[in-house]
Amino acid sequence: MKVDAVPRPPAIELIGIDKRFGRVHANNNVNLKVERGLIHGIVGENGAGKSTLMSILYGFYEADSGEIRVNGEPVRIRSSREAISHGIGMVHQHFMLVQPLTVLENVMLGAEGGPLLAAGASEIRAKLAHLGREYGLEVDPDAVVGELSVGLQQRVEILKALVRGAEILVLDEPTAVLTPAEADQLFEMLKVLKSQDKTVIFITHKLREIMRLTDRVSVMRLGEMVADFETAKTSPPELADAMVGRKVILRVEKGQAHPGEIALEARDLVVKDDRGVTRVDGMSFVLRRGEIVGIAGVAGNGQSELLEALAGIRPLAGGEILVEGRVPPPELRTPKGMRKLGVFHVPEDRHRMGLVMPFQACESAMLGFHDDDVYGAGILFDRRAIAADTAEKMEHFDVRPRAPLLKTANFSGGNQQKIVLAREIERNPHVMLVGQPTRGVDIGAIEFIHKRIVALRDAGKAVLLVSVELDEIMALSDRILVVCGGRITGERLPETCNQQDLGLLMAGVSEREHAA
Amino acid sequence: MEAFDAFIVIFASGIRLAVPLIFACLAGLWSERSGIVDVGLEGKLLTGAFAAAAAATFTGSAWLGLCSGVTVTVLMSLIHGYASIDQRANQIVSGVAVNMVADGATALIGNAWWGQGGRTPQLPDSALFNSIQLPGAYTLHDTPIIGPIYERLISGHDLITYLAFLLAPATYWVLYKTRFGLRLRAVGENPAAVDTAGISVRGLRYGGVLICGVLVGFGGTYLSIAQAAYFQPHMSAGKGFIALAALVFAKWRPLPALATCLLFGFLDALSIRLQGTILPVIGSVPVQAIQALPYILTVILLAGFIGKAIPPKASGIPYVKER
Repeated sequence: MKVDAVPRPPAIELIGIDKRFGRVHANNNVNLKVERGLIHGIVGENGAGKSTLMSILYGFYEADSGEIRVNGEPVRIRSSREAISHGIGMVHQHFMLVQPLTVLENVMLGAEGGPLLAAGASEIRAKLAHLGREYGLEVDPDAVVGELSVGLQQRVEILKALVRGAEILVLDEPTAVLTPAEADQLFEMLKVLKSQDKTVIFITHKLREIMRLTDRVSVMRLGEMVADFETAKTSPPELADAMVGRKVILRVEKGQAHPGEIALEARDLVVKDDRGVTRVDGMSFVLRRGEIVGIAGVAGNGQSELLEALAGIRPLAGGEILVEGRVPPPELRTPKGMRKLGVFHVPEDRHRMGLVMPFQACESAMLGFHDDDVYGAGILFDRRAIAADTAEKMEHFDVRPRAPLLKTANFSGGNQQKIVLAREIERNPHVMLVGQPTRGVDIGAIEFIHKRIVALRDAGKAVLLVSVELDEIMALSDRILVVCGGRITGERLPETCNQQDLGLLMAGVSEREHAA
Repeated sequence: MEAFDAFIVIFASGIRLAVPLIFACLAGLWSERSGIVDVGLEGKLLTGAFAAAAAATFTGSAWLGLCSGVTVTVLMSLIHGYASIDQRANQIVSGVAVNMVADGATALIGNAWWGQGGRTPQLPDSALFNSIQLPGAYTLHDTPIIGPIYERLISGHDLITYLAFLLAPATYWVLYKTRFGLRLRAVGENPAAVDTAGISVRGLRYGGVLICGVLVGFGGTYLSIAQAAYFQPHMSAGKGFIALAALVFAKWRPLPALATCLLFGFLDALSIRLQGTILPVIGSVPVQAIQALPYILTVILLAGFIGKAIPPKASGIPYVKER
């Protein structure tokens, strides 16, 4: 007759988790409490440390320090096997499935139930049938996984965890690869799991999904856990604020812009990523000479793909790009061709696309322009001319040390970025596409880089700026386009908007809802 | 009847020529299914042959020859495994190194020990695996068709040959019916899936490499102390490479691997048989054309004319836990 009133311990408790990869502090003293039987969301931008945290929970990495408690008991999780034995199941962003094997074989892998497959197979078959009925997770056990749709493959991943007796299910960006209909199905499935007292940890950077699905939500930024809300008591703007963070407002000295004629125009652009997922979904805008247009948005909402498409790196799946009012012929839709048309590009990730780290600075400073006669006509390079040219650029951009022969990797982040900027800007572009110009750059260099971008504008060039730093966007832009889910959700002038306003648009709240 | 006899002879010879191919091909299958590409099969066949012949010469025992052959090839496999699995070396480079070392070391040591240009002395019958007459072979001698087939095609081979034929179904069984087989197939395709399932990628890959070493050791032993009665430099004569071609041709499946090796063995026997004969219409057969057939067939297969041959997806790629 006495009701059991003892509060249940949280399913998962992470206390003071710390993890470094070399110089990167991926998780900085992270605390997290996940109650049982709830759907708990973790949001944060790409690179905020969400996946690292979950990999620690799943035993993929070991934390440098900190404690993990499962159902109140302190545990050590040093391998996936130990995580599984504590009832933790993980659905990875990139599925951990063996494509040529059947569903049954994939589910059995690691839980075969004996040295011969036949014995365990019938047991797993029965379990699959049972789970299929109970949770609406039907899959043909004899189907070859590689032939299933992405949604069904994800279902197999979930089944793998449940067959192993998972009580706590971690899903890492599960909707990134799904169609909206498949995502809806997934949400229904997760709600059924919740009703069966399973705990779900749901990682995403999409606020819409958090609001729709979760009971609680924790926010990560730059490796730290910065906020924790009851979903019903928070709002997308509040979450967006917490995700993006407020920093000291940057001041950039700049005069009035004098926009001229249209330099670049995008009409109904559609761009897909390497996996065929549509990332830019019908964007249209114009970019004029003498203005800086900032693209604001939470990372991963199509900005990267937009930049790559404009620069000629990524093909268009739809729409068209006009340079100086004309559609470039297909043979010029390459990075080299677009440069010939005056469209230059500072890539978002200088390590991956902008520089070759083991190269000398002068070699990195001529990437993409190596056919230029300045560096020597014929088949041989004029090493002296290359070094002299780089020395001059280093002088103009205050690259320290001024050592054209030093290895690129030996420069600091800010100076590496200056090398990239110098390479592109010194070529006198008509249109400059700039991605994350100050990511991982120290304060002094930030100021310098901002000044150069403004100077470029004042020289009558068109600048498209993509940055996840809202302050940077607000300080530099003459116009701001906000993107969410591959669409432009609004356009603002920096003088007449505030961060809340932009935050709403970044969270995908459309203009009409916004007004209401 | 003469034609029939000729066919029996060619088939019997084809079987004998196929045996080292079968061992090497299945050895490669175990290695590559686990994700380790092994282009060093040729070198291991050669070293296995040398080690077996050397041990048989010193001890006079075929069985000790076999032990020695297998031990040496297992050690070589483990070196390749250590380079590929633990040191994440380029597997092709490591395999080529194995081939070069094998080629030079066997000739050098052979010459140092026996001074016959790297050849071992002729081995007596007692130090060889000799052919076995199966029961009933003699009584069926006079029965037409079945008699010669049983007596000369099925009976009359040595122990290692019979083992080779059992090996393909055994490989099939282990690969598709056991836990180890499932995990091995998985690790060659997606080691991360195996890792997240809580299974050691390293352990499985060493398992694959180890089995590879044992099997190719049998193949090498067969070359020197069953098929021949001595070791001589370069006696593997590209069989390790033909085995790799057969592995591709069989699309990394054990039973087709057996069939392909037999086919390649028969082609080899045919080319020997046709040496110098004048055929109607064609005239004198260029032996090289037939010898090249296995390679030509494999190239045709790779070009996509006989279905698609897709190797295990992760083979040749060292497994590194992503950050």
